[in-house]
Amino acid sequence: MFDDDIAAISTPPGEGGIAIIRLSGSEVIEKANRVFKPRRLGVDLTQKEGYSLTLGWIVDGEEFIDETLVSIMRAPRSYTGEDVVEINCHGGTLPARRCLETVLKTGVRIAEPGEFTRRAFLNGRLDASQAEAVIEIIRAKTDKGLSLALKQLSGKNSNHFHELEDSLISINAMVEASLDFPDEVGEPDYGEVKSMFASIIGKIDQILAAGKRAEIYREGISIAICGKPNVGKSSLLNALLKKDKAIVTNIPGTTRDIVEDFINVRGIPVRLMDTAGIRATEDVVERIGVERSHEVIQSADLVIFLLDIETGITEEDLAVYESIENRHVIVLVNKEDLEEKRISEAQLEDLFKEVKVIRGSVKEDIGLEELEASIENMVLSGEVQADDMEIMLNMRQKQALLKARKHIEDALFALEDVPLDCLGVDIWGALESLGEITGKNLKEEVLDRIFHDFCIGK
Amino acid sequence: MIYKAGSYDVIVIGAGHAGCEAALAAARMGCKTLMVTMSMESIALMPCNPSIGGPGKAQVVREIDALGGEMGINVDKASVQMRIINTGKGPAVQALRAQADKDEYHKEMLKTLLDERNLDILVAEVEEIETSDSRVTGVITKTGAWFACKAVIITSGTYLKGRIIIGDLAFDGGPGNQFPSIKLSDSLQKLGLKMGRFKTGTPPRINKKSVDFSKMIEQPGDERSLRFSFVSPRMERPQLSCWLTHSTGITHQIVRDNLDRAPMFSGVIKGKGPRYCPSFEDKVVRFADKDSHQLFVEPEGRATDEMYIQGLNTSLPEDVQVQILKSVPGLENVRIMRTGYAIEYDYVVSSQLKLTLETIQVEGLFTAGQINGTSGYEEAAAQGLIAGINAALKVQEKEPLILKRSEAYIGVLIDDLVTKELDEPYRLLTSRAEYRLLLRQDNADLRLTETGYKIGLVNEERWHTYQEKLHILENERTTLKRTTFTPADKNIAEFLASKNSAVLRDRISLWEMLRRPELKIEDFVRLGLISDNDLDILEQLEIQTKYEGYISKQKEQVQRFEKMESRHIPDDINYDDVYGLSNEALQKLKQFRPHSIGQASRIAGVNLADINVLLIFFEKQRRK
Repeated sequence: MFDDDIAAISTPPGEGGIAIIRLSGSEVIEKANRVFKPRRLGVDLTQKEGYSLTLGWIVDGEEFIDETLVSIMRAPRSYTGEDVVEINCHGGTLPARRCLETVLKTGVRIAEPGEFTRRAFLNGRLDASQAEAVIEIIRAKTDKGLSLALKQLSGKNSNHFHELEDSLISINAMVEASLDFPDEVGEPDYGEVKSMFASIIGKIDQILAAGKRAEIYREGISIAICGKPNVGKSSLLNALLKKDKAIVTNIPGTTRDIVEDFINVRGIPVRLMDTAGIRATEDVVERIGVERSHEVIQSADLVIFLLDIETGITEEDLAVYESIENRHVIVLVNKEDLEEKRISEAQLEDLFKEVKVIRGSVKEDIGLEELEASIENMVLSGEVQADDMEIMLNMRQKQALLKARKHIEDALFALEDVPLDCLGVDIWGALESLGEITGKNLKEEVLDRIFHDFCIGK
Repeated sequence: MIYKAGSYDVIVIGAGHAGCEAALAAARMGCKTLMVTMSMESIALMPCNPSIGGPGKAQVVREIDALGGEMGINVDKASVQMRIINTGKGPAVQALRAQADKDEYHKEMLKTLLDERNLDILVAEVEEIETSDSRVTGVITKTGAWFACKAVIITSGTYLKGRIIIGDLAFDGGPGNQFPSIKLSDSLQKLGLKMGRFKTGTPPRINKKSVDFSKMIEQPGDERSLRFSFVSPRMERPQLSCWLTHSTGITHQIVRDNLDRAPMFSGVIKGKGPRYCPSFEDKVVRFADKDSHQLFVEPEGRATDEMYIQGLNTSLPEDVQVQILKSVPGLENVRIMRTGYAIEYDYVVSSQLKLTLETIQVEGLFTAGQINGTSGYEEAAAQGLIAGINAALKVQEKEPLILKRSEAYIGVLIDDLVTKELDEPYRLLTSRAEYRLLLRQDNADLRLTETGYKIGLVNEERWHTYQEKLHILENERTTLKRTTFTPADKNIAEFLASKNSAVLRDRISLWEMLRRPELKIEDFVRLGLISDNDLDILEQLEIQTKYEGYISKQKEQVQRFEKMESRHIPDDINYDDVYGLSNEALQKLKQFRPHSIGQASRIAGVNLADINVLLIFFEKQRRK
């Protein structure tokens, strides 16, 4: 509440050129450093002085999220008077959100409305005469944020949360009743507890998936097309563009030398990036995938890797593939319509074990339907949409759900080994996390449930 | 004719579980103390169930003991049975429960009170609290005695305007056939205190000689010698059993046939009763699908034939009570010894209290126990102790004692009382303690002995014993951490195999090995790896190793919690001066007058923005 580490996107929502994620707290520099991969090797954010700028990537494990400029401001000479890190993301809203999520994984929590300003005031960075203004900001943000978030949860989607809330209250009541009223209530049936945990996790996953779906439909995804020269990258780009009647824009790559196009794949806005546009020189095979194309590939949500059936799989192909192996990849074996086939089924199976492979021809419009289906399938993680759930989750709600999920997972993991009171720590934790979404004190409701469900009394 | 009868530092009104602790604490801390009771027989009376302890409550008794209170020691002297319940459910909820001999409990407490040098006992009824400038100056009894004093602690239980209800019969009365206290409640109201009305009830008592125990299941005590107090001698005494029976379909039919005579349903009873302690008729109505409810038949003492029937509290007419009893297996020929009844009483709305249990309205006036809307002997005793301590500290012009939610159930209890709006009598539950894993009955001494010593309630002898325990614990812990084994150790390998425990892969300490759920510390004692055989020490070590992960998780939570708790709100704050509070928050803050930002954040209706508004307000004040 007072000086722990907080973070938020501090630029206004909407498409902008850049977005800034601000972090404040005593350990934010060290924590930001954990997810930061500097452009220049050996650079360390924790060694940087105040008011410095560092170029590099925000990375989530192996995954590159976005290229960023990170500024460091050291206490007390910062907006809040604490150590502050500002991450300038280049990629607009979605990458900014993903950067924030990555940062949150280090144990930084999402800032409360107006919290940076409040800290600035409490740390003497704002004049006493500004107190009223600060209060206005906090009030407006909190009240607006609350009513917005609650509105999102009401109506059509509210029952999903209520069901989740209900099962969490149930399981809490079951455990707590057994602990507090041993004379009247027996031990809970561990088989039942286990299946309740599983169904809670299932429910959370369902809501998260629906939220992710909504996010994908709203924010779109980016796809990079790559492959060796003349494999048909530009043709694929054009074919996909032609299929999609609703082209939004066509931005010739100026800032980053990438050809970018926006298309719509089955309702999902897609930013297509053709790495062909990157390289002016095509003579240096060894340099494939290096430098800028590498960046494009690393920041794409999905990579389409093109192979040419006529040339077979060459050293060059393998070199390209090596640079994209850690990404989500769909392999498109192009020119299937030609007589000369130098790529065998066995070869493909051997090389692309867990990877989706499509055989087709860009020119003859073979396999493009399948490609679109695969794209949809992959970005929606194969989620069946039969549940018809439409939920927009904001970052805070998503984090709360993830926290609740982690608690239940921990409880499930420890189920056989620890006693009920220890399990209670996580079962409670899950309930508390969920309470953050609805703003309700669910503990009181647990008591109500106990007295409703169990006949208790001396 | 009012006459000047004497002068005291502290006067305690009431001699129940709260009153006894309050009077003893104040007297032991050096205050000249007077305890006023309506009768000698009602001192430390247990008018309801004959048991002390159980989940949440056992922890409280141990806390009272660690602070230098009396309840633990007294019940150890007067118990007829001890059991640990919830043994399989983890260290935090394991709870000792004693069946007490009610008469011995009363007599032993009386002895202790009489032995106290600074304490006088007076049989009288206090009718008025005298104040000047919203400050307590004295009390006046029904018979005209006026006593001057610096602090008053009211621990009047359910006596205030007590009204007994049995069927269509209703009369003014206190618990256990005592007289009610009629005028004191009005005096409190005159002082500006808001009063409410609650209800509770008790089952009929039956004659042991009329019970057929062969139709019931015996519930004996634990075989090992158990005790509440950390300093009571370990005693081996013959134990008495409790007996389990149940209601039948016929019982429930009798209840249903007589609902029109039940004051609970006819509207005679207006006070709100506790949900965790419903009357039997309530259970039959609300859980209509259950064809049987458990009933425990418990002895009320060694020298009496009275037996208590847990699960059968009722205010149905006496003739119906008899019919109900006779429909229960084993009670076919039962003879009643005392009728069950409901009691309605006035209580002080507890949001008017500070965390010291002093009233916000009247300086020097404290209330503790059931008068504050709680239920249970243990909850009452805990409040009595804290009120007694704080009254003494106030008289001595010292800093008050406030236990935090993170250090004691007593802290949880009092914080809940002064921060929440009660709509039923309050009972402690382990689920009310957010740091339950830290607030265990086994470590109450580690949590609170030092506090008790600092305020002067823990005597040198107990302090010395405690220091010794700390020393042994530390030594044993070091040994456990230093003693290591490798996969090559044959004896250990064999031992692990015999326990179906995984083979060692690396060098590992005993401390780490003990974390395995299948291994018990007694196993290591048997192997000669641990020399100490004091049960308390072993239990402590085992809990500390086995649950280290969860315990440290909770300790981290406590650190965050305490940051909010340590931001105090000045007593003289005028909330009308605070710009930006929501109307609801303004009203609630004025009503509850929280002690800290943390407490403010727990008040329903005060949200995060309001907390921020307060923080900014304080910062602005500071800079002025």
